[in-house]
Amino acid sequence: MTGGLLAIEQGDIGIAGLAASGILVAVAVAVSLWRHLGLERSLLWASLRALVQLLLVGWALQFVVDPGDPLIFSALWIVAMVAFAGWTTSRRASGVPKVLPLALVSYTAAAIVVLGVLFGFGIYELEGRTLVPLAGMVVGNSLAATVLVSRQLLIAADEQRGLIEGRLALGLSAKEAFQPHLRQALRTALVPQIESTKAVGIVFLPGAMVGLILAGVDPADAVKVQVSVMYLVLGSVATTTAVMSLGISRELFTPAQQLKRPTGPIE
Amino acid sequence: MSSADAFELVGVDAGPADDPILHGLDLEIPANGVTVLAGPSGAGKSTLLRLLNRLDDPAAGEVRWRDRALTDWDPTDLRRCVAMVFQRPPIFPGTVRDNFAVALPDVTDERAVHVLEHVGLSGELVGQDASTLSGGEAQRMCVARALLTDPAVLLADEPTAALDRSARETVEDLGRALADSGVAVVWVSHDTDQLRRLADHVVVLADGSVRATGHLADLDASPDPLVRRSVGASA
Repeated sequence: MTGGLLAIEQGDIGIAGLAASGILVAVAVAVSLWRHLGLERSLLWASLRALVQLLLVGWALQFVVDPGDPLIFSALWIVAMVAFAGWTTSRRASGVPKVLPLALVSYTAAAIVVLGVLFGFGIYELEGRTLVPLAGMVVGNSLAATVLVSRQLLIAADEQRGLIEGRLALGLSAKEAFQPHLRQALRTALVPQIESTKAVGIVFLPGAMVGLILAGVDPADAVKVQVSVMYLVLGSVATTTAVMSLGISRELFTPAQQLKRPTGPIE
Repeated sequence: MSSADAFELVGVDAGPADDPILHGLDLEIPANGVTVLAGPSGAGKSTLLRLLNRLDDPAAGEVRWRDRALTDWDPTDLRRCVAMVFQRPPIFPGTVRDNFAVALPDVTDERAVHVLEHVGLSGELVGQDASTLSGGEAQRMCVARALLTDPAVLLADEPTAALDRSARETVEDLGRALADSGVAVVWVSHDTDQLRRLADHVVVLADGSVRATGHLADLDASPDPLVRRSVGASA
């Protein structure tokens, strides 16, 4: 549709299209005003911030996605993403012992496992165009679950102290005494992801697939990519939460199998 | 038991590093009968008990049992020899049998019934959801669970504080029966009547140190009013 507002058949909605999509932000602001939610500034700020962040990322991605760009740039990008995710986790789960190094190890482990499978089996070609976005999916989708499992474990160690010490007092090791709480925290973190995976295609169409279809990719191909991304997310969440929870479990106990006292309030 | 089986505490500080509850504690706890730890709230009775099960370590000093520093014991082995029951009995999810399996994974029904009857409970409770037990039943079930590891010592941290009178008496009787059967019992109590019913030995703690120790008759005659008050001596 030449000269029209939208030009999605080329995978490009254009500046005018982008501006027009801002009408939907105006709808959200209108709802906030109508129901006196007081969220107008937050909505506008979040929308503007997302726009600027993504424009910056899009600009920066130019230096890593071309086939001729050295992979070292992609690797540095991934290191930065992992570091930022670790820092964010340490802020959202403050109080967890050694949270920053544990989070860094968890995200790194997930990146190695998931990207190792995706590229090791030749599912995607190893280049900046695939490496950075897929690593972003690994880290980004694991963040919420990692924070959740960290907080759950810390809360369990505090609120269930009586049960844990009851098991320790019977001669169980720290690992055995904490196992039920570890299992529960991991289930809490993973179940929403499993439910979301089950509902995909029925309740909602996932973002990657929608994006590809809008960009003109054949839906059958878009589905294949989407399925691999969903499996990537499942694997990432499982790996980060498993590594994080095992690390936290070790930090909560002394070598003498004693449950440590919390070092600060759980926020 | 010989005195070598007793607990020895030498120069023990314990509690938060910036505000220790126990200060320079020197004490020997006999390895037979019922030893009651008495004294005002905050004196450090529960803190002391947790050291004996090694749920906590002292900030300074040493705790010894059977002539070995507790730090030389494997903590899990130690805790199976020195069992502990708490004021609020920790009930694990599942049936009474499931609770027993935490202490002894291959517990048989026969052993489970036997240990229930040993603590004065019906063997029929073995398949019952443990969360439905009354306070007194739950506490006795916890004692039974602890006994499955065949401990030489049972530490009891105010085990009757949350129980009604009838349940309190049954748990006291159980403590006495265990002591008579050779299991040394170290019992924290605020209740002077209970202390007088149970104690073979008494340790009075105050402000984080030992105020007096000995047999009840000796402490009844103590010139220290806090000691006499702590053991419920008649004026």
